[in-house]
Amino acid sequence: MSVLVDIGHRLGDFAIDVRFESAGRLTALFGASGSGKTTLINMIAGLIRPDKGRIEVEGRVLVDTDAGIFVPKHKRRIGMVFQDARLFPHMSVMSNLRYGRWFTPAKERYADMEAVVELLGIGPLLGRRPAKLSGGEKQRVAIGRALLASPGLLLMDEPLASLDEARKAEILPYIERLRDETKIPIVYVSHSVAEVARLASDVVMLAQGKVVASGPTEAVMQRLDLLPVEERGEGGAVLDTKVLRHDEAFGMTVLGSAAGEIRVPRLAMKPGAPVRIRIRARDVMIATEKPTGLSALNILPGVIVAINPGEGPTVEIGIDCHGATVLARITEQSRQALRLRLGGKIFAVVKTVSFDRANTSAGLPVEADG
Amino acid sequence: MNWLLDLTPDEWNAVRLSIKVATVAMLASLPPGIAIALLLARGQFWGKTLLNGVVHLPLILPPVVTGYLLLLTFGKRGPAGAFLAEYFGLVFSFRWTGAALACGVMGFPLMVRAIRLSIEAVDRKMEAAAGTLGANPLWVFGTITLPLILPGLIAGSILAFAKAMGEFGATITFVSNIPNETQTLPSAIYTFTQVPGGDEGALRLTLISIVISMAALVASEVLARRVGRRMDVE
Repeated sequence: MSVLVDIGHRLGDFAIDVRFESAGRLTALFGASGSGKTTLINMIAGLIRPDKGRIEVEGRVLVDTDAGIFVPKHKRRIGMVFQDARLFPHMSVMSNLRYGRWFTPAKERYADMEAVVELLGIGPLLGRRPAKLSGGEKQRVAIGRALLASPGLLLMDEPLASLDEARKAEILPYIERLRDETKIPIVYVSHSVAEVARLASDVVMLAQGKVVASGPTEAVMQRLDLLPVEERGEGGAVLDTKVLRHDEAFGMTVLGSAAGEIRVPRLAMKPGAPVRIRIRARDVMIATEKPTGLSALNILPGVIVAINPGEGPTVEIGIDCHGATVLARITEQSRQALRLRLGGKIFAVVKTVSFDRANTSAGLPVEADG
Repeated sequence: MNWLLDLTPDEWNAVRLSIKVATVAMLASLPPGIAIALLLARGQFWGKTLLNGVVHLPLILPPVVTGYLLLLTFGKRGPAGAFLAEYFGLVFSFRWTGAALACGVMGFPLMVRAIRLSIEAVDRKMEAAAGTLGANPLWVFGTITLPLILPGLIAGSILAFAKAMGEFGATITFVSNIPNETQTLPSAIYTFTQVPGGDEGALRLTLISIVISMAALVASEVLARRVGRRMDVE
């Protein structure tokens, strides 16, 4: 599967000039609000006609302004999940779910009602009206409705942005299942580091209508300097790990990563299961010699490979821990006091309790990665 | 009660005719009413203000003027009247169909206004969502827009019906006041008031008018409430 977007578009003073190609299973269009990501996804869906450029999905040309091609939205077979769900208020949940099926040619129908209902856990809602659903339920039904039109690509436009933390936590696992259990490629728009780090296999980072970085999630998320300002505190290294074993006595799980063993609060996963963790840069301390008499459990030896000025009094240190890069945000004062420089051997220290539900999650199945 | 229902055949005819004329006027106005309301609510074209003005004309013109204009256009020798009579066998002058036309035209601005307002209230994002699910614009209109504007359609229809029940000036000017053919309730009441001893008949028909109008109003309320409950707009 692949998505190719190469677009030039002007909205008043705002210009979008974007080119990216992705073959990932869940590609995140990531950037601050106003970076043009929603405009872009609307163009892929066919809701906005770009001034010039080309859009291809799976080799099918949807837009080519030079050749005068513009496939109307109802012929694209691209599912869209909107931030505001947009369930049809005059239909039951069941009728909403069935809506797209009417318009799908029989031989292209691959989505199965029972399977989708089961995947999203919306069985008990089928007889209800959209007005009687909670925000999280609405969003799950909206995902189901898009899936049941048997789309070739699923677009999700900040599907969690209007939900509170509890509702987000309720839906995230369903999106993970969607990503891992169906074959539909997903393009996911978000401004949240937590969502992108948790869900995306690939990231296209946008700022002011331009692509500033793109590639595999672990690589792109290293670029703390590119994160939207209000999300910088959430920024950090994304590591794909595996459950090694559980430490039942202390209620912890030991994860194996390239950087070494990492202890996190107990996860309800079997040994061998993939887990993706995000180590926030602000949660990482640096020690020049192996600390003793310290409560933190994760002490990862590594070499400094990058020192970048951060915001205000901070610097961002990139640490190569046996191939895995860990990021630390410390003050310039500490950097000078410890005489940190490129190539210096140090220890990255991370508290176990800095891992929580927001930055520890089921990862992408490793064998299918790449 | 017997006194009320003990109508002469002519009076019965006036009641029946009025209901027939108003119903036909309402139903025949609906398709063009929806089309014009759509154009006015969503169209971007030269002459939109003009179209809006023309649609509203019957509301501001004296009814007699509207009736006379109808006579000029749809009368036997009028351009539209001659054409329709020749090719479709549809004759308006001095027929109940003419009364329906006059009533329809008079009620049209009210109907268009109500439908236009409801179309403007439709969340176009819903239509976009339906489009991404594979529905072409016609299907989107039929399955999303139309059901969402149902309350407006009901309100507009009832307004048009009520207006038709009460229409007098344009009707009497266009198709005159012929018992059994064009004598609707208002014309019949008017006739009663013009003859000595007609007070009792006028009062009877007046009461019947009130009952029919109230029934229409209550019916629309009930319908609208039922639609509203079904929809539960968020």
